[in-house]
Amino acid sequence: MTGSASPHTGRYPAGAAAFPHRDLLAIAGLASHEIAFLLDEAEQWVELNRQSAKHAERLAGLTIINAFFENSTRTLLSFEIAGKRLGADVVNMHAAQSSVKKGETLIDTALTLNAMRADAIVIRHASSGAVQLIAGKVDCPVLNAGDGQHEHPTQGLLDALTIRHAKGALNGVKVTICGDILHSRVARSNIHCLAALGAVVRVCAPPALMPDGIEEMGVTAFYDFDAALAGADVVMMLRLQQERMQGNFIPSAREYRHFYGLTLERLAKAAPDALVMHPGPMNRGVEIDSQVADLAGRSAITRQVEMGVAIRMACLDVLTRRARGIAGWT
Amino acid sequence: MSKPAPLTITNGLLVRPEGEPQPGGLRCADGLIVALGEVAPGPGDIVLDARGALIAPGLVDLGVFAIDKPAFHFGGITRAALMPDQAPPLDHPARVRFAALSGKPDFWVHPLAAATRGLDGTELAELGLMREAGARAVSTGRRWIADSGTMLRLLRYCAMLDLVVVSHAEDAGLAGSAVATAGEMATRLGLPSAPAEAEALAVARDIALAEISGARLHLRQVTTGAALTLVRAAKQRGVEVTAGVTPAHFMLSDLALAGFRTFARLSPPLRRESDRRAVLDALADGTIDVIASGHDPRGAEDKRLPYADAEPGMAGAETLLPLTLTLVRDGIIDLARAFALLAANPARLLGVEAGQLAVGAEADIALIDPERPWIVDSDRMAASAGNTPFDKQPVQGRVTALFKGGVAIA
Repeated sequence: MTGSASPHTGRYPAGAAAFPHRDLLAIAGLASHEIAFLLDEAEQWVELNRQSAKHAERLAGLTIINAFFENSTRTLLSFEIAGKRLGADVVNMHAAQSSVKKGETLIDTALTLNAMRADAIVIRHASSGAVQLIAGKVDCPVLNAGDGQHEHPTQGLLDALTIRHAKGALNGVKVTICGDILHSRVARSNIHCLAALGAVVRVCAPPALMPDGIEEMGVTAFYDFDAALAGADVVMMLRLQQERMQGNFIPSAREYRHFYGLTLERLAKAAPDALVMHPGPMNRGVEIDSQVADLAGRSAITRQVEMGVAIRMACLDVLTRRARGIAGWT
Repeated sequence: MSKPAPLTITNGLLVRPEGEPQPGGLRCADGLIVALGEVAPGPGDIVLDARGALIAPGLVDLGVFAIDKPAFHFGGITRAALMPDQAPPLDHPARVRFAALSGKPDFWVHPLAAATRGLDGTELAELGLMREAGARAVSTGRRWIADSGTMLRLLRYCAMLDLVVVSHAEDAGLAGSAVATAGEMATRLGLPSAPAEAEALAVARDIALAEISGARLHLRQVTTGAALTLVRAAKQRGVEVTAGVTPAHFMLSDLALAGFRTFARLSPPLRRESDRRAVLDALADGTIDVIASGHDPRGAEDKRLPYADAEPGMAGAETLLPLTLTLVRDGIIDLARAFALLAANPARLLGVEAGQLAVGAEADIALIDPERPWIVDSDRMAASAGNTPFDKQPVQGRVTALFKGGVAIA
């Protein structure tokens, strides 16, 4: 696993033309063949990760900084494992214990990270557009690990890969995304990614959590979860933040569950083999019942986590090819 | 102080209150315009050949956030009404008096008194004393007064004082912490947004209260079709309401937010294209009375931030005139109306003798080449900061000479 030859030679433009972007900031703006290229690149890492010796040396000697300005356990761990499995030196910076708390501006923090000569920086930030702002100030590739309510591109990619593994292809697959669409970067990245790959996307939320103009993004919007579920091949549930359950956006957690919780009974309205997904962490008993989350053969929730590592390995590999001097990428 | 020599400007095109500009010139002495039209220089006059340039009144900019003379002079602005949102706010007579003198002699500042103490929207400030200290109108500042009872008491008091109340019309509950107008663009970018109707709600209430109180109400920025419809109807009923706008809302829509460009972060936020078109219609039919710069220079520490964390505002003084002239070039308004919007109407609202070329008026005069092309460049602005949403945009129209009280300042 040290060679640079692509496992799918001929299906994509040669070299860097297959993915001519320095950074991965958003799914919006990527061509569908560029998305497909990243998914195909990830397949080799899915295989590697299933071996007992899960290690490659492709990024040996490179330094990757995970700069997380917002708390995260799962995404941070996933990026860290992805970098380490590729042989890179991975450093995690938690904003909660950094100079950001001392009033340093985001730009100054970015310049500091840049001066440390990272070969890639993975960034999560609570404000939409923050990662793009930093990317404009540093010399190395930047991966967006979630910026505010804007995008979470690796989540969109890993969800697409998960669906592709289960359904064979994305084209024509009916995907229903239900939950806090308004505040969800996962929903936005998924909408762009799934639509680019030919899936039919429905979104479902109560009015207070449904953003204006969402249908302009090529989806159909529903308030009625049962109607949104009819015939769905994939049901993707979103996490509802605790602070939004207490009267501001919805009356209560139990009323939310009554209308928008995925129960076994509700799941029956979807296609008989409908796949259940959730980006985690779940509120069991609120947006999703335990019986559904743990439903063998139908729940892909742990599979999503598995695909996440492979997708992040693929993104780190592809985005550092130029720095590593891979033929066709320099 | 020695008196400046009299000034005679010849061979220009005089901007008139109505109709096309007329060939001619003017003569100033003792700081006033003493003759208009066919003028002959007196002995000892400084004589300036305008070479066909427009001779226009100095612009009167209603509602700026900073006194930034180089930018105002570049833009042909000789007087500005200063918003009370200063640090500390203009809510005390002494601060108003200081602000009123802060630009003289080459720039006149007309302070807007803070409507409430600390601009917090609850307790009335000393409006009468501030009027005596030089306040030319009263302003709610960057924010709306949410409490309708407070707003009614304010309007009644200002009706008695015969001071215009300048309101920022955005319903506070709906606007919340929004930084964009609800719609496709805000949704794609994942930005906190509020419906455009937040403006119409606030305008409807303010008009209703103005009607009860008989006060003169100026809505500093009206940027949506729904709110402009309300203003149009109120004017027809005879309510003393006027409306303003900045070039941003007739030149740009929320598409300018693409790429999280914080120079396009304004308050109120940029609207949809249909609202931009409604603003153009309202400029054409007279519903809008004032075009102002909203000049609010902001450095990198306020603007080089994630979009929602950045401060709103634009450095608008330099682009006010050329962008307004695009309306003339596009046939939406004529030249006389452009200068009514930029000078005569704001001067009338502030109750100052300015904004028109007239014998006996203060000699605030701009010579303008209306065709001269130039490119807006945020890195090379006269303003103290280059936060313009019009960066790299080619424009036409430039001030070639500016006089305050008959004295050349640019």
